[in-house]
Amino acid sequence: MSRTPLDTVEHATATPDVELPWAELGLKKDEYERVVEILGRRPTGAELAMYSVMWSEHCSYKSSKVHLRQFGEKAPESDALLVGIGENAGVVDVGQGYAVTFKVESHNHPSYVEPYQGAATGVGGIVRDIIAMGARPVAVVDPLRFGAADHPDTKRVLPGVVAGIGGYGNCLGLPNIGGEVVFDACYQGNPLVNAGAIGVMRHEDIHLAKASGAGNKVILYGARTGGDGIGGASILASETFDDAKPSKRPAVQVGDPFQEKLLIECTLEAFAEKLVVGIQDLGAAGLSCATSELASNGSGGMRVTLDDVPLRDSTLSPEEILMSESQERMCAVVEPGKVDRFLEICDKWDVIATVIGEVTDGDRLEIFWHGEKIVDVDPRTVAHDGPVYERPYARPDWQDALQADDAGKLPRPASGEELKDQVLKLVSSPNQASKQWITQQYDHFVQGNTVLAQPEDSGMIRIDEETGLGVAIATDGNGRYAKLDPYHGAQLALAEAYRNVATTGAKPLAVSDCLNFGSPEDPAVMWQFAEAVRGLADGCRQLGTPVTGGNVSLYNQTGEAAIHPTPVVAVLGVIDDVARRTPVAFQEEGQLLYLLGDTREEFGGSAWSQVIHDHLGGLPPQVDLEREKLLAEILISASRDGMIDSAHDLSDGGLVQAVVESALLGGKGARLIVPDGLDAFTFLFSESAGRAIVAVPRSEELRFTDMCGARGLPATRVGVVDGDTVEVQGEFALTLTELREAHENTIPSLLA
Amino acid sequence: MTARIGVVTFPGSLDDRDTQRAIRVAGAEPVALWHKDKDLKQVDAVVLCGGFSYGDYLRAGAIARFSPVMDTLIDQAKTGLPVLGICNGFQILTEAHLLPGGMLGNDHLHFICRDQKLRVENADTAWTSDYTAGQEISIPLKNMDGRYVADRRTLDELEAEGRVAFRYVDVNPNGSLNDIAGVTNAAGNVVGLMPHPEHAVEPLIGTGRTDGLPFFTSILKKLVNA
Repeated sequence: MSRTPLDTVEHATATPDVELPWAELGLKKDEYERVVEILGRRPTGAELAMYSVMWSEHCSYKSSKVHLRQFGEKAPESDALLVGIGENAGVVDVGQGYAVTFKVESHNHPSYVEPYQGAATGVGGIVRDIIAMGARPVAVVDPLRFGAADHPDTKRVLPGVVAGIGGYGNCLGLPNIGGEVVFDACYQGNPLVNAGAIGVMRHEDIHLAKASGAGNKVILYGARTGGDGIGGASILASETFDDAKPSKRPAVQVGDPFQEKLLIECTLEAFAEKLVVGIQDLGAAGLSCATSELASNGSGGMRVTLDDVPLRDSTLSPEEILMSESQERMCAVVEPGKVDRFLEICDKWDVIATVIGEVTDGDRLEIFWHGEKIVDVDPRTVAHDGPVYERPYARPDWQDALQADDAGKLPRPASGEELKDQVLKLVSSPNQASKQWITQQYDHFVQGNTVLAQPEDSGMIRIDEETGLGVAIATDGNGRYAKLDPYHGAQLALAEAYRNVATTGAKPLAVSDCLNFGSPEDPAVMWQFAEAVRGLADGCRQLGTPVTGGNVSLYNQTGEAAIHPTPVVAVLGVIDDVARRTPVAFQEEGQLLYLLGDTREEFGGSAWSQVIHDHLGGLPPQVDLEREKLLAEILISASRDGMIDSAHDLSDGGLVQAVVESALLGGKGARLIVPDGLDAFTFLFSESAGRAIVAVPRSEELRFTDMCGARGLPATRVGVVDGDTVEVQGEFALTLTELREAHENTIPSLLA
Repeated sequence: MTARIGVVTFPGSLDDRDTQRAIRVAGAEPVALWHKDKDLKQVDAVVLCGGFSYGDYLRAGAIARFSPVMDTLIDQAKTGLPVLGICNGFQILTEAHLLPGGMLGNDHLHFICRDQKLRVENADTAWTSDYTAGQEISIPLKNMDGRYVADRRTLDELEAEGRVAFRYVDVNPNGSLNDIAGVTNAAGNVVGLMPHPEHAVEPLIGTGRTDGLPFFTSILKKLVNA
């Protein structure tokens, strides 16, 4: 009952004129011609399937590669980096023999098509990347962006995405400790669902994705392969949405977190017994990716018998098996003598495991089906030698007008009453309101090591029970800033995440990023991308925090309208003893509030300009990375030496937003005094970077101000923790009850 | 001498290592038990921990209840082995009919994770003797299927016999009947609850309180003094 004669290598050689559906698989004409040139013949259907997914934008980074090189070229000297860009995830030394791996990835397009499964499998994919490095996953974070909060479709997308993240992550037993939720009309048809994960291991347990040692067996284990997610990477992730084309639902994968939980435990057990030579997870491009990457990173070739792949649907063609993105699968390379033990462990966890091939001493990746050779390629040409584009880019002609539309010219509140009114509007606006309705759908507590979780400035996890060693992670991004100035916008995202880590008392070590942009075929978008990458690479060099890896998501646009350029930056930090962490909440009445850093009249891209005036224009806040470093050092020292009891980074919404959050979380109010040289409005709403507000016990005041003075960091006393109102002296007062109602009711009333 | 307390790992158990830690923090010795193994390794008590055994794809706890380890556990629980079921463990105990009632999906249809206030209604069980009756505690709650239900007669019996061990205070987070957060069997050796005491045993971690620790010190004292 064969459909068509099997397209073997032999058959392809004999029938050079057969037309293959390269365009339907997402390849461009010149790309197809390159495949023919590489092979010296037309590809077989199976080879075409592999090249088409591996050369997709999503897998090959063909448009972004030339820019991303800067992360390597400009990388700062760092002793902390154990594994850098190019592996499944970067690995950082955090001391005491521990290594931490972390990464952020996008699952944007699938999450719009099918919010629950799209978001769920996003978590699943990033977690497998972490396991593939040899680490036990210990936490996840989820930076999310949706369309306007009151748009009807947001009510379809957001609850599905949140339930999907929770449904998958909770079932894996991973605490969700951080992330963001941002609303903006620009994400209406293109929500951004980024997922990050952290894993911990001992230095000696680091594993890499490579297949070496001729005769070693290739074992596929985990879920059976089905027809879901075929072409996910090439078709879904690498094209813009277009109403005219048929539904893309079949390209979205379906997740099974229970299977993944078993996969985690059985993989870690196999690692612990040192049974694994190389390992790769099956994510985008499925088996095509795993076999070609394992083979091309190793020393030899690989031979695979596709008939041995356990199937969910026995009618799948070899091309479909190679392209399937069925979730919860991994591929391990194991020495022949250890195969039995490996299979035994899989059996213990009820995980299906099958030897599907072996490493050869040649340099070809050969795949067989029904005894016939259907793939015979140099794996490097599939995995690494994809096309590289120098896409044209140009500063858009509207950029000047946008920057000239200065937010400083917007009408400002003229009285205390008006200030008060605008503060309430700000803290109750969807972007500034409490996200508790969302975050309480995620488990923060599982694993019993969570020290801080959202809404803290960074999530913090204890990794050693004896010493208290911990890691912190923060993710930040501000598409509005990046739209005004992508270079500095990217640096502001970096600075904010860096500052957030330091605010909790941890020392920032390394960076991962998720770069979400529109279509690279639009020179304006490509310029935004190039600028953001340049800004981020320059910023990382200056801060001394190398980029360890990340992800690029392009084509986030519907028709002509691209999203705001949205570089999301994750910063990982380390803290020697989590007992010294600094929380956001005010702890004790009478403690003195100090504003650290300089406050300028900076309102371009601010939350105030959005909430009060629906305005986006001007320039984002100035960036001073040397100041950020100094601020971070002060915050870390103050935390270590017990000089501050709470701290909050100042960013979107400015000082008033931070004070309201600290007050509500601590259940204690604050009396604020506008410092000399500032007007109340600028004091409350400016978004100048490089700032934080800290609560200092009176007994520590002198020591703290001496330290700031000696190091040259401006520290201004702006008030005291007190009472049950937030009062700005001479202007207005708001009770905590009023503020709580404003801050906490918005999201449930829009979405519940 | 200390007590040896078993923690069963089913496929999909999530809080097994946390529960072992809580047992250690209390001063007892945790013993890992495996679902396919009928042998309880002569432990003095057993905790069935939280998670999503078998993915909870059928009904929470419904498949785990038929694991080999449960055969032994059910027999021994009936003759006095102290057993604590937390969250999924509670669900498994109701499926195994060691505790009455059952759990449905939360009435608001969402997973919920929060710091939950409870009242300890019964401080005479094997797992609650270090509390005082009426004491209010806060420990994490996190589940999808936490709505306790039982028929009217069972509820009346539970209430009359003082077998409602824990009741939600301030907020009923899932629509549980009579605000029930946990129950005990008549003998007081088998206790189940939805919230997670094992996540509240160390200052700094989780909610930063240790309100859950008495579960583990209660059983330790009982076993050591026995």
